[in-house]
Amino acid sequence: MSVVDRPITAPVHSEVDSYPEHHFLNHSKGFLSWALTLDHKRIGLMYLVGVMSSFALGGAFALMIRIHLWNFKDGWLSNQTYNQVFTLHGAIMVFLFIIPSVPAALGNFLLPVMLGTKDVAFPRLNLSSFYLWVTGLILFLTALSVTGLDTGWTFYTPYSIETQQGGAVLAATFGVFVLGFSSIFTGLNFIVTINTMRPPGMTWFRMPLFLWAIYATSIIQVLATPVLGITVLLLSAERLLGIGIFDPKLNGDPVTFQHFFWFYSHPAVYIMILPAMGIISELMSVHCHKGIFGYRMIAYSSIAIALFGFLVWGHHMFTSGMADVTTIVFSALTFTVSIPSAIKVFNWLGTMYQGTVSLNTPMLYALAFIFLFTIGGLTGLPLGALSTDMHFHDTYFVVAHFHYVMMGGTLVAFLGGVFHWWPKMTGRMFNDKLGIVSAIIVFVGFNLTFLPQFVLGSRGMPRRYATYLPEFQPLHQLSTIGSITLGSGLLLALIVLLMSLVNGKKAPRNPWGGATLEWMCSSPPPHDNFSSAPTVGDPYDFSNIEYDGRVGGYVKRT
Amino acid sequence: MTAIQENLAHVVDDHADHHHEHPSWLAHHFDDAEQQYDSGKLGMWLFLVTEVLFFSGMFCAYALYRNRNPEVFEFCSSFLNEKLGAINTGVLLFSSLTMAWAVRAAQLRQHQLLVGMLGATLGCAAIFLGVKAVEYSHKMEIGLLPGKLYVAQLDGAHGPHKGYLEFICTVPAIVTALCAFYAIYAFATKSLFHQRVAGPMLVAGLCFFGGVGLGQYLEAQEEASKGHGGHAAGHEHHAMVDGHVDHGSHEHAAAPESVHAAETKTAAEIAASAATAMGGTPNVYVSPTELKTPNADVNQRSMAGLFFSIYYCMTGVHAIHIIGGMIVITWLIVKAAREEFHEQYFGPVDNVGLYWHLVDFIWIYLFPLLYLIT
Ligand code: HEM
Ligand SMILES: [Cu+2]
Repeated sequence: MSVVDRPITAPVHSEVDSYPEHHFLNHSKGFLSWALTLDHKRIGLMYLVGVMSSFALGGAFALMIRIHLWNFKDGWLSNQTYNQVFTLHGAIMVFLFIIPSVPAALGNFLLPVMLGTKDVAFPRLNLSSFYLWVTGLILFLTALSVTGLDTGWTFYTPYSIETQQGGAVLAATFGVFVLGFSSIFTGLNFIVTINTMRPPGMTWFRMPLFLWAIYATSIIQVLATPVLGITVLLLSAERLLGIGIFDPKLNGDPVTFQHFFWFYSHPAVYIMILPAMGIISELMSVHCHKGIFGYRMIAYSSIAIALFGFLVWGHHMFTSGMADVTTIVFSALTFTVSIPSAIKVFNWLGTMYQGTVSLNTPMLYALAFIFLFTIGGLTGLPLGALSTDMHFHDTYFVVAHFHYVMMGGTLVAFLGGVFHWWPKMTGRMFNDKLGIVSAIIVFVGFNLTFLPQFVLGSRGMPRRYATYLPEFQPLHQLSTIGSITLGSGLLLALIVLLMSLVNGKKAPRNPWGGATLEWMCSSPPPHDNFSSAPTVGDPYDFSNIEYDGRVGGYVKRT
Repeated sequence: MTAIQENLAHVVDDHADHHHEHPSWLAHHFDDAEQQYDSGKLGMWLFLVTEVLFFSGMFCAYALYRNRNPEVFEFCSSFLNEKLGAINTGVLLFSSLTMAWAVRAAQLRQHQLLVGMLGATLGCAAIFLGVKAVEYSHKMEIGLLPGKLYVAQLDGAHGPHKGYLEFICTVPAIVTALCAFYAIYAFATKSLFHQRVAGPMLVAGLCFFGGVGLGQYLEAQEEASKGHGGHAAGHEHHAMVDGHVDHGSHEHAAAPESVHAAETKTAAEIAASAATAMGGTPNVYVSPTELKTPNADVNQRSMAGLFFSIYYCMTGVHAIHIIGGMIVITWLIVKAAREEFHEQYFGPVDNVGLYWHLVDFIWIYLFPLLYLIT
């Protein structure tokens, strides 16, 4: 007896238009009903608020950096403060924002709904992941307020052993340890949910590509993060007891620290980008109203990226002292890992081809993603090539590269995803016109900020410096202007979202015309996700989904 | 209720339909016992994967530094007491047996046996920790500490007794005392549940001190068997017999810059000179070229310290895992005392069992790597 044999048509069709009276947001009330909730949707929303606040904090630090760099010397921060500011900017953005952003916030909300289950496999573990994240946040804030961390987000030894900011290093490394376990538990939960809780009819190849991406991400989270855990644990022991494993003074080897660190942190960049790619796959097909091009290629390339990603960490250490052969091997492997990324880009373009593109806010963010991620990915190649990396390493070229992939890629996709699923999560429509304006400002501001940094880097401007040669000043000023533009675009996006809560129209079940399961349940979804069992079909079959003016959204033709 | 809904009842989530009732042990979001069991099992295996990777960092560090300074590792590992290590290996292996037996008992609803087996596992874990406490404190007493704290006094003239063992034992002593009070309460109230919980806990507490006693006895025997005077001599004997540290037996001649490693020196002399050297300049820096020389002074304070760093990190993290295991086993004992487990619901016992076998398994690697390989 399976659902596939006896498809029920458009579940509870009569309810399609009505705004649900009972949903997960008003299922229960009071602070504790949120703080102790086991509902993945509420946990997802709490994460969403958390990661966005962290992003605002990290963003404030970023603007401080950019304003400081307006003049080539005598900026408004002391050198010591400058070090602390860029360190906290990087550490907050990486560990508190970007890694949990898509999987823990959007993934938590969407995974069970898209899959057609009531919850993730381990709801309690899910809640404890969230509280581990909060603990990590508190530890980071301690590091920030007690003394201020100045090691760079990479915690390289021996500096991290010797710096005067010992308390901050301890707080931050312990924070990273705790956040690591938060991330591991999320990944573990998702893998188990997808493996064991798929309802009948939901075969692997009927899963939305977002779930494939989350699955691949979870594999990395589970396999890479423990190594970071032990690394920062040893680093804490180094600071507390002087165990010497990473300390050259005690015959330890600082390059070992770098190997350990990048063994996690390279795969971690795929923790950041893979879920973003998953979002783009959804956005592309839904807003082009056309089946995704090359479903299997996209699904497999996610897994390929996850696995290849483990083999290239050495490209961060070409100048740190490695055997020549090793550097050549790492360089060659780095090139292979860009292939699956390129496959995805081609597939998205193929999806758009001959599609009916709706140029709304989520789609504009998705288009921005494709453009920016492509630049980011392509500039990774000169960094992966040995001869050019010798010049580019530790310059603004690297800074621009990773901002194009992390901010232009992950953050922009995250925003696209937030706009895309906002009606589902909150039950409110946002002002699409203003949303489009925000997307355009973000796109322009972003390029204005980071394109000049490629030029700066290729001319030799080193990263992490509080002062620079006067000849770099014009480009730096351009970048600073861009960052302020970018900041205002992001602020506008936030305002658009918040305004929708105040005066947004009530959202229909399926505002964009998606075919995945989350659009079958009400907006916002009921406490148990589906009031009756959803029909699992092809997630990218748009043939019988049409616009219905009466409900202001799409309905499935019966 | 329509026929279709009937059909779908078990499928996704028709929550309102109480077709098949949800027993209390089945979480509401699972369809059936099998799904719940499979999820728990897969979750535990994934967790074990993360554990292996967590330890792998330290195994890499071990391999790396051993590869660079094999003589340091040989020399230092001769200070570890293989007898105690072997006993602990046996204890852990036995505890894996009792744990596996506990799973069986849970499936067969043999509640009393289940409590007994879990209690036995808990007891073995406590013995392990007791022995470990002796090993740690013994090493700390003679200054075999990690990294920059390493201040070995191998000539036997180590200063006053520093009381590390007493210090380590305070927490277990408090816990055992509490368990004893709890046991008295349980037997006074004649509550079967409390007796079933308190009994194993008290036994485990006592086992810890049994382990300490055993460890001290064997440690003393080891010293006595090595005859006259102090640790250094003891280890000299030890080293000579196994040909460990005898620098004369190295293939390469002593490098000229390594002051202490004259070919004619015996291990005892090396150890003694080491002790002097260690009293002197702290944090001696050894240049990379020196590091590559096989005969670079193995007693360099910091190089030996590195071995002990790795030793304490690996066994310490392992011991933390043992303690974590003891906590969850205690939780299982509580559940078992309430007779919660049966053939449909024994996932927790099974999964904790898996975890316990992994902790055991890691020790099976640690023991030869740290104690045995020469
Ligand atoms: C498309 C393929 C990619 C290639 C070939 C590539 C290559 C590289 C290389 C070789 C470096 C080291 C440069 C240096 O330090 O000298 C680097 C740095 C970096 N990449 Fe990528 N990358 C790629 C994609 C990504 C993605 C998707 C992300 C994140 C979402 C990312 C984030 C970073 C970060 C954060 C750094 C700098 C880390 C630091 O030193 O602080 N990269 N990349
Ligand atoms: Cu990388």
